[in-house]
Amino acid sequence: MQRLYRILFHLRSVLAIVAALAVGSLLIIAAGSNPIEAYKTLFHGAFFDYWGFAATLVKMSPLLLAGLAVVLPLRAGLFNIGAEGQIYIGALFATIAALYLPVLPGPVHILICTLAGALGGALWALIPALLKAYQGINEIIVTLLLNFVALHFVSFMVSGPMIEPGAPYPYSPEIPDSLFLPHILPCSDAHFGVLVGIVIAIGMYIVFRRGVSGFTLATVGRNPEAARYAGISVKRHIIVSFMIAGACAGLAGTFEVLGHRYRLFHAFSQGYGYDGIVVAFLAGLNPFLAILSSMFIGGLRSGANMMQRAMGIETTVVEAIQGLVILFVAMSLAFRYRATAIGQAITRRKELEQALDEQTRDKKT
Amino acid sequence: MESLFSLQAITEILSTSLRLSVPLVFAALAGVLSERSGVFNIALEGKILAGAFGAAFGAFLMEDPYSGLVVGMLFGMMAGSILAVLGVTFGVNQIVTGIAINIFVLGITAFLSRIVFGAQANTLRLPGFKAFDFPGLSSIPVVGPVLFGQDLMVYLMFICVGAVFLFLYRTPWGLAVRAVGENPSAVDSAGLSVTKLRYGCVIAAGALAALGGCYLVLSQVFLFSEHMSAGKGFIALAAVILGRWNPVGALCACLLFGFFDALQLRLQFNYQDVPHQFFLMLPYLISILALVGLVGKPRPPAAVGRHYRREAK
Repeated sequence: MQRLYRILFHLRSVLAIVAALAVGSLLIIAAGSNPIEAYKTLFHGAFFDYWGFAATLVKMSPLLLAGLAVVLPLRAGLFNIGAEGQIYIGALFATIAALYLPVLPGPVHILICTLAGALGGALWALIPALLKAYQGINEIIVTLLLNFVALHFVSFMVSGPMIEPGAPYPYSPEIPDSLFLPHILPCSDAHFGVLVGIVIAIGMYIVFRRGVSGFTLATVGRNPEAARYAGISVKRHIIVSFMIAGACAGLAGTFEVLGHRYRLFHAFSQGYGYDGIVVAFLAGLNPFLAILSSMFIGGLRSGANMMQRAMGIETTVVEAIQGLVILFVAMSLAFRYRATAIGQAITRRKELEQALDEQTRDKKT
Repeated sequence: MESLFSLQAITEILSTSLRLSVPLVFAALAGVLSERSGVFNIALEGKILAGAFGAAFGAFLMEDPYSGLVVGMLFGMMAGSILAVLGVTFGVNQIVTGIAINIFVLGITAFLSRIVFGAQANTLRLPGFKAFDFPGLSSIPVVGPVLFGQDLMVYLMFICVGAVFLFLYRTPWGLAVRAVGENPSAVDSAGLSVTKLRYGCVIAAGALAALGGCYLVLSQVFLFSEHMSAGKGFIALAAVILGRWNPVGALCACLLFGFFDALQLRLQFNYQDVPHQFFLMLPYLISILALVGLVGKPRPPAAVGRHYRREAK
């Protein structure tokens, strides 16, 4: 019983997904289709089809990096809702580095573009971090508002200074093909970016588990007073965690340009930054599990296109399901293992057994 | 080119300012109410959107704006109830819940609008409220057309500001709400239910924020489009802070934001060689600058965002 409950507790994200899919099936029925068929098409298309899986990996790359951009500051109790904006500014920096730097050997230039993109995202995230650290201004509101600023700023850049001559709508010229990221599945769109994301996720996981900075970051989040007492600079942790998070989101934007679209488009991100929040919560703020959750959300997105083509179901149903997923994840947080009635009963039972043990031992001696 | 300073231009700018600030004011009032009761309300954005969808849904089915208003408020209250149940009863982090509500509403309204309005979603013209003139009063120069030539919801907004103000500062219930945002355990020991007070505020806030969405649909664009709230809930949150958690302060902050928004539209029209994206950025930048440029540190209600558990005193 106890073990079963603990397993259920750890699987709550999976349960949230199951619940969301169940409610989602009602939505599909409302749209006039068979939910079982629809899900079969969706998941087959997303994970069991070569091209489909490649499409999932393409979506997974920005989702994972954006998810990590949410996970990291949350370890310190800070909400980065600004991944969307950081994606835009990162992509902008990377595109500028790709288009206007003198031609360098391919791999070196790719590396420089990547660093430029990370720098762009980090600088954009530095704004809310500084305001939070030195002025105490709510980072949630600032990051949210900056998203809109970034969106319009990139839109200005690609419809003015950086526009491709004669373009019908705002986009930049194509980057040189020596800068295209290598593909990881032959003949498909799946690019190298997703591997970078996975490496960063694993690195972050190890630092959280074993590293000193992972520990100090968590201390800042759990008890800033204690952290200060222990000589940990709270301000520095706010700034550094936000900048690394911004760099991750900036990479998400960079790889969209270098690996997938090869140009900077106006309004290209379509909410990857916000989906990153879903990825982070679904993973329970665990960077390693973020790999799985981003693959799942990416699969939903790419599978939705297949579902629309095959069965004519609107892709927006996936947005609704994604909304349900995060809502159920939030609900599942209500069940703290210790705080629930069952959790308490289990603790009491343990105590009771211990007391019994002690009593019988007392009698024997 | 027409001067920016002619009497007519000023009247137009002020009138547009007021109209653009209406959704912000409703949302900011909602923010004031729920944060005063100690519940951080990042879900304003989602509630505006829920209200907007509800308004379009109601007005579409019944073909009259009043039903839209009622359905919109109901949808907003439903979104508010989610926050109340998860955030107040179950103690899930209020920010997490709020973000979840925003994303959920965004997804579900996008889907439902396709189902309900189908292909005509973007060509539809829903019934809405029309501006009407107060006889006599509306002929006063500048003030007349700005204040007395608007539609029903603008007047409703002023009534709501007054009502929330009187409620918070002149009624025993308002005192209890303010107290519960500062020190819930004191309210609890005085024999009032923290949970009930917070439920009331958060659900009422849902209805208020939804009115902002109703205004967007029923008085401004007469259709529902995906993510039409476009960050207004977040600007309203900035207005709550700028207005120091006071309904009248929030009104002033929203009018200020509305004024800059109207000004940018006007400038966009007058200076067409400046890229319009700069003007689009302006309201968001002004909101951030307003937060940065505050004189003195804002002091939010002490218990905002914290879950109250009786045992853990």
